[in-house]
Amino acid sequence: MLDIKNLHAGIDRKEILKGLTLHVGVGEVHAIMGPNGSGKSTLANVLAGRPKYEVQSGTVTFEGKDLLALPTEERSREGVFLAMQYPVEIPGVNNIYFLKAALNAVKKHRGEEELDAMEFLQLAREKMKLVELDEAFMSRGVNEGFSGGEKKRNEIFQMAVLDPKLAILDETDSGLDIDALRIVAEGVNALRSEKHSVLVITHYQRLLRYLVPDFVHVLADGKIVKSGGKELAEELEQKGYEWIEEEMAASSGKEVAAAR
Amino acid sequence: MSSVLDREVPTATVEPRPIDGEPDRVRQIRAQAAARFNTLGWPTTRLEEWKYTSLAPLTRLDWKSDQRHHEVPADAASPFGDKSVAELMFVNGVLHADRSSLANEHPGIRIKPLSKAMESDAFTQHFARYADYETHALTAMNTALWQDGAFIELAPGTQLEGFIHLFYLGGGAAANPVASQIRNLIVAGRGSQLTVVESFFGKGTYFTNTVTEIVAGDGAVVDHHKFEYESLDAFHIGTVQIHQERSSNVTSRTFALGGALVRNEVNVALTGEGASLSMEGLFVLNGKEHVDNHTVIDHVSPHCDSVELFKGILDDNARGIFDGRIIVEPNAVKTNSRQTNRNLLLSETAIIDSKPTLEIHNDDVKCNHGSTIGQLDEEALFYLRSRGIDEVEARNLLVYAFASEIVERIKIDAVREGVGRALFSRMRGRLPERREEER
Repeated sequence: MLDIKNLHAGIDRKEILKGLTLHVGVGEVHAIMGPNGSGKSTLANVLAGRPKYEVQSGTVTFEGKDLLALPTEERSREGVFLAMQYPVEIPGVNNIYFLKAALNAVKKHRGEEELDAMEFLQLAREKMKLVELDEAFMSRGVNEGFSGGEKKRNEIFQMAVLDPKLAILDETDSGLDIDALRIVAEGVNALRSEKHSVLVITHYQRLLRYLVPDFVHVLADGKIVKSGGKELAEELEQKGYEWIEEEMAASSGKEVAAAR
Repeated sequence: MSSVLDREVPTATVEPRPIDGEPDRVRQIRAQAAARFNTLGWPTTRLEEWKYTSLAPLTRLDWKSDQRHHEVPADAASPFGDKSVAELMFVNGVLHADRSSLANEHPGIRIKPLSKAMESDAFTQHFARYADYETHALTAMNTALWQDGAFIELAPGTQLEGFIHLFYLGGGAAANPVASQIRNLIVAGRGSQLTVVESFFGKGTYFTNTVTEIVAGDGAVVDHHKFEYESLDAFHIGTVQIHQERSSNVTSRTFALGGALVRNEVNVALTGEGASLSMEGLFVLNGKEHVDNHTVIDHVSPHCDSVELFKGILDDNARGIFDGRIIVEPNAVKTNSRQTNRNLLLSETAIIDSKPTLEIHNDDVKCNHGSTIGQLDEEALFYLRSRGIDEVEARNLLVYAFASEIVERIKIDAVREGVGRALFSRMRGRLPERREEER
């Protein structure tokens, strides 16, 4: 579904991703873990097409299409969803109006019939229950006055409504209390299926207890330095990221020795 | 700079134009006002009050006030449908009685053309008492030349549900330009309540010079909306002059959505204790449009509140001005006043001059003021696009969100929807164009 090859990218002329390669198959859940500054959020932002992020080289294909050539809105319509680390507040843009416009843009793109107001409300109510958001939130501005946890739940709610093929969660777990974390994980688990893929980007292992990944990758200094199954996350939790850094230092030492 | 333009402002004189059979007093006021205009001449940018707005393009045309084109345009339709309680339609300043309804079945409400109301007590008592024709040239011109407009009087205690619509249509061509001098007088008696909407639409080149005097009696509640959506080649100068008595409550909203050169003045005197004012404005400009918002709130008496909020949205090469002055007089203790101007610039070439001013003459007041100028929030834009909304629509949503703070406060559904529709239609009309230019 998603193929990233030798991706070099960054912001403000600073290279942050330094040759990242990753393959996410259909129906798979991948977790990317890594210390601060390793390039986790850069990866999420490059995939979603956030302005100011520059790609120097490498390719990203999504279902055979060149993802990097598409504007942000078209990536979304193709089925890529980014749950943001810091969802922005947009006073004056009504939540329900915004999400209906978004869903209908996606539906139009897929050649499906657009939903009218009643059909949309019905769908929204159903999905709102999933993330335990009160209906009163819907008549407010987008994220306006929401707490941190409510914003993250709103991201998962939007994801549930838009039903993306690939959901990217950019540190959705950070700053959440136990209840909110469980709700977010349940929301994502509800989306899991043979047809949906998930890329979970996180610093901590705790979300992965509720949302069990098929693969875990460790990102350090802009590259995937280690990949494994779900047990890798536990190992990381126990040993810390220093363990990876030490391993890397050791292996680069070997390289240096070999070069001599 | 300005002197170059000013040299092009010709000297002008006006002759008073009495209406047949008008009372001597009105005749005398006209003569005084004409004399004042002939002394003052057109305002120039050398005057502090007109620093940002040159009337040179307006003064260069040879305006005809008596050769009027006043057929009703075939497509003339109220922006509010048929939802008003009463509607007066004027075309180039001339009343069309066949297209107007005066709501005479409502007891306590008198609505008439102003030209037919000159014998009434309210007219005698209030006409030309508040709008300043001594120092204000355009008000002097209007006072000397006015031919018609609306007269609305509410008897004490009368509550009007719904709204009265004063619908002004302008039209003409640069070859034979027409000026309309519109004059309104609204008198809300003690404890009465009403909503009035003035809207200005048109096609082609014409000049509207309008003065509305509003008197809010003791405890009266008055909602006044001015919805200015003139043609892109039109000139519009308007003054709304509001006189508030004890414990009255006035809301004034000014929407400026169109015109080549527009000056909207709203002046309020809080003369009775405990009066309360909410003054709001929204101006949305593109192309080479120029809108000058000029407001004065004069706190004359103690315990009055005023809250002022003007928002501007400017694109292309448009120029906007907010010049708002709040005066707190020595006697006006316990004044509570807040003045805010917020502006959204959508292009690098649009210009806004924001000049909020406080003049406080006693030390027992709570006043603040401020202004902001900003661009569209790139983060918000990305957020909307990341959910599949295309860039043009995302921009429109954000611009509308900025404007909606004012639009959403309109209490009457038909008016709020009418203004909202106009705003939406303007956005759709221009943003795709911008994209074409960028390519």
